[in-house]
Amino acid sequence: MISATPHDHEVRRLVIRPRSGWIAIDWRELWESRELLYFLVLRDVKVRYKQTVLGVAWAVLQPLFTMLIFTLIFGRFAKIPSDGVPYALFVFAGLLPWTFFSNNISQASMSLMNQQTLLTKIYLPRLFIPSSSIGSGLIDLLVSFGVFAMLMIYYRVGLGPGVLVVPFLVLMTAAASLGIGLWLAALIVTYRDFRYVVPFLVQSWMYLSPVIYPVSMVPAKWQPLLAINPMAGIIDGFRSALLGLPWNYTTIGISSVSSILLLAFGLGYFRKTERSFADVA
Amino acid sequence: MTTSAIKVEGIGKLYRLEHAATRSTTFRDALTRMASAPLRRFQRLSGSEATLEDFWALKDVSFDVKPGEVVGIIGRNGAGKSTLLKVLSRIVEPTCGQATMWGRVASLLEVGTGFHPELTGRENIYLNGSILGMRKREIDAQFDAIVDFSEIERFLDTPVKRYSSGMYVRLAFAVAAHLHPEILIVDEVLAVGDAEFQKKCLGKMKQVSAGGDRTVLFVSHNMAAVRGLCARGIWLKDGQVAMDGPAEGVVQSYLQATADAASTRVEFRRPSGSALWIKKAEIAFDGTSSVAAPMGSEIVLSVDFESEIPIKHPRLGFVVQTLEGEKLFQSNNRYQPSPQFELPVSTGTITCSLGAPPFMPGMYVVSLWLGDTAADHHVALEAMVFEITEKDLWGNGQIPPRVTPMWWPTTFSFSALDSNLLRTTSDTYKSS
Repeated sequence: MISATPHDHEVRRLVIRPRSGWIAIDWRELWESRELLYFLVLRDVKVRYKQTVLGVAWAVLQPLFTMLIFTLIFGRFAKIPSDGVPYALFVFAGLLPWTFFSNNISQASMSLMNQQTLLTKIYLPRLFIPSSSIGSGLIDLLVSFGVFAMLMIYYRVGLGPGVLVVPFLVLMTAAASLGIGLWLAALIVTYRDFRYVVPFLVQSWMYLSPVIYPVSMVPAKWQPLLAINPMAGIIDGFRSALLGLPWNYTTIGISSVSSILLLAFGLGYFRKTERSFADVA
Repeated sequence: MTTSAIKVEGIGKLYRLEHAATRSTTFRDALTRMASAPLRRFQRLSGSEATLEDFWALKDVSFDVKPGEVVGIIGRNGAGKSTLLKVLSRIVEPTCGQATMWGRVASLLEVGTGFHPELTGRENIYLNGSILGMRKREIDAQFDAIVDFSEIERFLDTPVKRYSSGMYVRLAFAVAAHLHPEILIVDEVLAVGDAEFQKKCLGKMKQVSAGGDRTVLFVSHNMAAVRGLCARGIWLKDGQVAMDGPAEGVVQSYLQATADAASTRVEFRRPSGSALWIKKAEIAFDGTSSVAAPMGSEIVLSVDFESEIPIKHPRLGFVVQTLEGEKLFQSNNRYQPSPQFELPVSTGTITCSLGAPPFMPGMYVVSLWLGDTAADHHVALEAMVFEITEKDLWGNGQIPPRVTPMWWPTTFSFSALDSNLLRTTSDTYKSS
């Protein structure tokens, strides 16, 4: 006689029990529900461009205007050096990763609070909720790259082989911003007043990052310290990759390590606090 | 064939209710609390102040569900039904115990979770389907059936923010109805939408559950739906399983227990953290307080309240429903004209005259909401239960059958064109 218990065939078994401490990431679950991530990103992208009159033009105009204002104020009036490249190009090359980074943080950190029903009314891999913000940020980044290309043509500056490093730098930016975004999102669900910290944090962070000034302006012995901020090495790397400026491998190395550490920290904190989200949201 | 689809073993869920003074929803509060923690610990040791209140929303809940069984979970508000579904849906983690489920689980605690108002119906079908755990190719395959069921094909490419609430619910339910999990967990989502669509949903659920291999856990206040859909019932009371067995028997016992607990004079404890609360509520029939009264009695509800901060405009709302959970009528001086206190008061009484509502014989349940102009402060769901007994209202020995929970006072008049019989009769029947 055959006794067919549910364990025998391909029936999935799900065990629910209290857990404690650090909880490992369920990679299998994430992989199986990857389509959900796709639909969440699609939603963010569509919503972003649907209700605006100018649509995609915003993604072009926003960095363009920022670049113009910065060029005027910091390039012309304050005469901040730009390592010998036109200041407009110099600052735009820094704004590319910076805008991506800061938008990711703003979007991801508010994502859980703004979508509470996804925490309290359904179960889904919650890591996807802040992560999907990165997807729409990536679309904006691509548009900005287009604007940058036009600017390069205007200034008659050519691309070197360094451009091949850009995907790696984008990946590091995504890692750092996702790490911080996950951490802040989890904090904000529990302590609502952290949402007021985010704009201040992002703004202060910009001045600690070489967006409007070159790393070379910082005394050499302080440069490794500056590079603990992942955006320091990444922005510097972007300029080397796009404008052919000399590479500073130390800062890029330090910044990459700190990006990965930030991501690991964000993931860990998120997973640890995740199980109480529905109780506190 | 198989042993079980769901096995719940000693599940418990503890909530720590913190009093207003110690609840921290902002980081500042958390910091202040952290700083004052040693002091509070001392206070707790010396017994001078209890700051935390343990509340077991679920306590030692165990049951076993066989594959293909359709189980209805019933109980009063706050009995732990929703918490149980949330634990089994993996939304909240149990404090102790273990639950094991064999098969793909889908839970439906709300219609249209994740719907985005800016997206079109078509886009939302994919988004919502995917949030509910469907694969893209499953949604592709079911797409036409979903659209068909929802009856919104003309508006498929319209953003859902332009939908009427009925269309929204129909679309949302249509997506959910086409999920094909082995285990389906459903909260009272059918409480929305128009009657006809509700019937259609119940039909679909019946079809789903009759399929045989689908296990369904279904929470409802609608006893008719539980009787119609479920073979087995689990009655939760104060977070524990009070009864588990054939649905009909469990529903009967539950209704009987509610009727036995009939009360028209209820005193309340101040809810933790509430600044305005109901001290006592009472229902009087023809001027006397009792739990039962004959049809046609004048009903007066009075509520004694107390407020930490003196208040001029207390707002009282109530809903009367049948024992089976069907809501009959509501009243609220938030919207209806009402007097006010000339000066702010810290205690007072609100009296509501309901006249003589045309109830049929049966049991009725009253829920209360007390608040100020800004918000509700004290919610007492299903707080009072009373009974209406038979009475020969019109003195003609006729008592209508209980087709609906209420009869209606009507003036009948007849007229005819026939000249020989030209005569108009009118008469009003009123119960006074």
